[in-house]
Amino acid sequence: MNIPSNLSFSKEHEWVRSEEDIAVIGITDYAQDQLGDIVYLDLPSIGTELTQAGKMGEIESVKAVSDLFAPLSGEVLEVNQAAIDAPETVNEQPYGDGWLIKIRLTDAAQLDALLSAEAYDELITREMEENTD
Amino acid sequence: MNGATEDLGATLTFDLSRPGRIGCAVAAPDVPLSPLPPAPLLRDELPLPELSQLDVVRYFTRLSQLNFSIDTGFYPLGSCSMKYNPKVQEDIARLPGFAQLHPLQPAETAQGALALMHGLQTELAEITGMDDVSLVPDAGAHGELAGILIARAYHESNGGGDRQRVLVPDSAHGTNPATAAMAGFDVESIPSDADGNLDIEALESALDGNGDSVAALMLTLPSTLGLFEPQILRIAELVHSHGALLYGDGANMNAMLGRVKPGDLGFDVFHLNLHKTFSTPHGGGGPGAGPIAVTSTLAPFLPTPHVRRNPDGEFVLAAPERSIGRLGLFHGNFGVLVRAYAYILSLGAQGLRDISEAAVLNANYVQARLRDAYRLAYDRRCMHEVVISGSRQKAKGVKTLDIAKRLIDYGVHPPTIYFPLIVDEAMMIEPTESESKESVDAFCEAMLAIAREVEEEPDTVRDAPTRAPLRRLDEATAARKPVLRWQREDGV
Amino acid sequence: MAHPYIPLTDEDRESMLRTVGAATTDELFAEIPAEHRDPAFDLPPALAEAELLREMAALAGRSQSELPSFLGAGAYRHFIPSTVDHIISRGEYLTAYTPYQPEISQGTLQTVFEFQSLVCELTGMEIANAGMYDGASALAEACLMACSVTGRDRILLADTVHPHIAQTVETYAAARGLTVITVSTEDATFGDDSACLAGQQPDFLGNVRELGSLADAAHAAGALFIVSADPVSLGMYQAPGDFGADIVVSDGQPLASPPNFGGPYVGLFACRAEYQRHMPGRICGRTTDLDGRTGYVLTLQTREQHIRRERATSNICTSTQLIALAFTVAVATLGKQGLRKMAEHCYHNAHYAAGEIEKLPGYDVVNGPSTGSGQEFFQEFVVRCPAAPGDVNRALLERDMIGGYDVSDRIDNGLLLCFSELHTREEIEALVSALGAIS
Repeated sequence: MNIPSNLSFSKEHEWVRSEEDIAVIGITDYAQDQLGDIVYLDLPSIGTELTQAGKMGEIESVKAVSDLFAPLSGEVLEVNQAAIDAPETVNEQPYGDGWLIKIRLTDAAQLDALLSAEAYDELITREMEENTD
Repeated sequence: MNGATEDLGATLTFDLSRPGRIGCAVAAPDVPLSPLPPAPLLRDELPLPELSQLDVVRYFTRLSQLNFSIDTGFYPLGSCSMKYNPKVQEDIARLPGFAQLHPLQPAETAQGALALMHGLQTELAEITGMDDVSLVPDAGAHGELAGILIARAYHESNGGGDRQRVLVPDSAHGTNPATAAMAGFDVESIPSDADGNLDIEALESALDGNGDSVAALMLTLPSTLGLFEPQILRIAELVHSHGALLYGDGANMNAMLGRVKPGDLGFDVFHLNLHKTFSTPHGGGGPGAGPIAVTSTLAPFLPTPHVRRNPDGEFVLAAPERSIGRLGLFHGNFGVLVRAYAYILSLGAQGLRDISEAAVLNANYVQARLRDAYRLAYDRRCMHEVVISGSRQKAKGVKTLDIAKRLIDYGVHPPTIYFPLIVDEAMMIEPTESESKESVDAFCEAMLAIAREVEEEPDTVRDAPTRAPLRRLDEATAARKPVLRWQREDGV
Repeated sequence: MAHPYIPLTDEDRESMLRTVGAATTDELFAEIPAEHRDPAFDLPPALAEAELLREMAALAGRSQSELPSFLGAGAYRHFIPSTVDHIISRGEYLTAYTPYQPEISQGTLQTVFEFQSLVCELTGMEIANAGMYDGASALAEACLMACSVTGRDRILLADTVHPHIAQTVETYAAARGLTVITVSTEDATFGDDSACLAGQQPDFLGNVRELGSLADAAHAAGALFIVSADPVSLGMYQAPGDFGADIVVSDGQPLASPPNFGGPYVGLFACRAEYQRHMPGRICGRTTDLDGRTGYVLTLQTREQHIRRERATSNICTSTQLIALAFTVAVATLGKQGLRKMAEHCYHNAHYAAGEIEKLPGYDVVNGPSTGSGQEFFQEFVVRCPAAPGDVNRALLERDMIGGYDVSDRIDNGLLLCFSELHTREEIEALVSALGAIS
């Protein structure tokens, strides 16, 4: 499972790439693998104020719907229309062209609470063990 | 079923159409003609296909041959009770005295039909041990909606209109939470315990919390895990002691026919799926019928209309005093009711009991034969269906979906898969009483052969099916770029 | 005891019990509380097939199905080509479940795709689903969908909608806490909270109106315009999609099945493509298999209860697929020419009857281009009778015909009569002469 070391992660399987008060958000390779073929993205519109841990959208595969939770608080600056038009991009390049939204952070201190690549690796290793009884 | 080599799916009736062909000669009026309405009210074009009658017959007949069906093979789809649909029921439902009756014709000219409905109400009340029955709901989910609206109306009439919560076990069919939400309730999931039973402590705490705010518990019995709930009496007592109602989802009634009456166990409302338990054909997705049986306390709230017998013996359609209202155009799927009534008459009390006996024996036999090759979701006696898990096979890189598709190559319809949601890689197998030991054995042999293939030649399983009319279909593209209808070449 | 539907023999049972590890089948039911196990059932004894047929034929014979009838009001008797019953009786269609395994369900799936396509063409809409229970629940679900699309909670329902359909809308709306406001189509006023205006064409009393201006008014207020239409009438009248409807529903019974004493019917449900994720019910889509052959699957399933559970667009699961198939075969058989001819035949029969009844002293046809109202109608119209409609119907029944539907709660002594292409001139004239004798 690909877990780039330069990113931060949430327990809800999102990744964050931040630069000053701007953050790009997507879902992890593990998340896209668990979902299977992604067919539809419902993302917040530009200007929406997100609250950390609040629901910010939905991601659908053929036979499942998952809520997307905001890993950080902030205002939505950009939404990846290309991914909305071709949701398979999220499967193919979850950390690249399959990014979801770009936000301006309200509280940069929230970044500190996110998981490092190592911590996220441990989290999903645990989850995978639980799933295979 | 044919293994089709040509691309039958590429050609629709619209593509077969040739201007000038007709499929049916329509009589010309024998009355003087009247001027047609002004042009703006009329349509210029009626863009329908033009086919000869043979075109129509051949097209739909060839398509039918691409379908798997009970009439052509073993169909152990869990919680669907895919039993044999007797042919005599089809003949009976087509008798003009049933099929040609208009729903609004005077009751005095429809006494046979009303008597049949009254008879079915009475028999279903007896079978379920409840006091009254409504035949109005058109399907199980429709019956659920009726039942849960009755719960709401009952609480409102008792000053309990603020009861906003409906409890649903985590093993429940999706229609249960969807129905409760449709009726404006907040849905709360109650976990199952390690044995697959409802977690009584979790139920107690849900009932205790937040005052008397629970309207109902919706319980499927036996559960979707194919297990009888041994604590059912305790559950009913708990629910009732908090002023809530016990709603029964009877999708799995086939396990209990002639053995136990849900009314005796404490259910207040219980819906039946006539297209499952009472053998009316499923038609590729209906029509069904989802009658609800209720206690006398809830009878005044039943949907409109309801069949009554007047003191003079005449049958009439009436609105119950505090009815939740109408749920559809007329009084239910009468054609389905006719078939179910005929089915009950052809079985009698002993026959019903023989059904559950054979259904439960068949399922336990499957469990016994598969227990070494597959993981049992719960290692205990099951009722009419058994839930197994493909988790061992998944660890070897073969998913439950692959196993299901491989069954197709063995000429068997796959069981219900990935449900209940609480069992990893679930396969829910319901053989029904209609199947002989030979066909159940053939299914078990296929399952065992597939388990061996998972070890020896997993790609064969992953590539399945290869003997069906089509190979696996691209469902992702279908959902990403939906094509939901035929389009003309010019895209209009 | 042996039964034709239960094949296990005594020998099978014994050998299977040994495999299971139980001494008796009763042991398998041990978890049922003992005090409630094996109660007595008061049911009639089993009948053999010939006995069953005899008993059911006797029951069927207790109703009158052969009389000429002029009842419509939501259920209609039209000619159904023989192709229909033969195709839907095929076990491959009749005894299949919902098509969960597309590789072995292409028969059902492709005919669903045909159904969706035909419904779109008939209604003039962009997309359609696989069908609903009936026309009433279809309109109710359409109103709920309009609320979900607009985020508003008031449903404007035209007073010309069939009362049973209106009551069904009420039941569904009340469940969700939505408000239904009955309005006249002449002066419907919209508010900021109006989710939709739902009307019927032809309306309950048979009238056909120009509805484009109502659609415009609804759209100006940000509301959706919903039309419940009769499918046979669509053979000649303008498609609702062409006068601005956002959702069109219908009951397919008139083309698909005999009146069946009320069901099973099939609800048609079509709408604009932009609402596809709000649509209730099953939807079939076209795709390809691994070898590139065209195939069909259930799609957009994340809207549905088995995935989205309490957040689904509807709880509907089993619908009425076989009746949708009957509708599909009927429309394919009648085709472009046949459906138009059938519609016009109904029109001519009804208008001839109206003209003849209008000549009778004491009878007054309420709608019709030649009457004071100037109101167009299709195959149903209202007659003001010289006596209570109940009495008129009783007198007609004595003359071996079933009259019309009593609408005296709306129109003084109003009787709603229906004529289809199946009525002969002789039958129509017999009715007219009977009415003349009743006055």
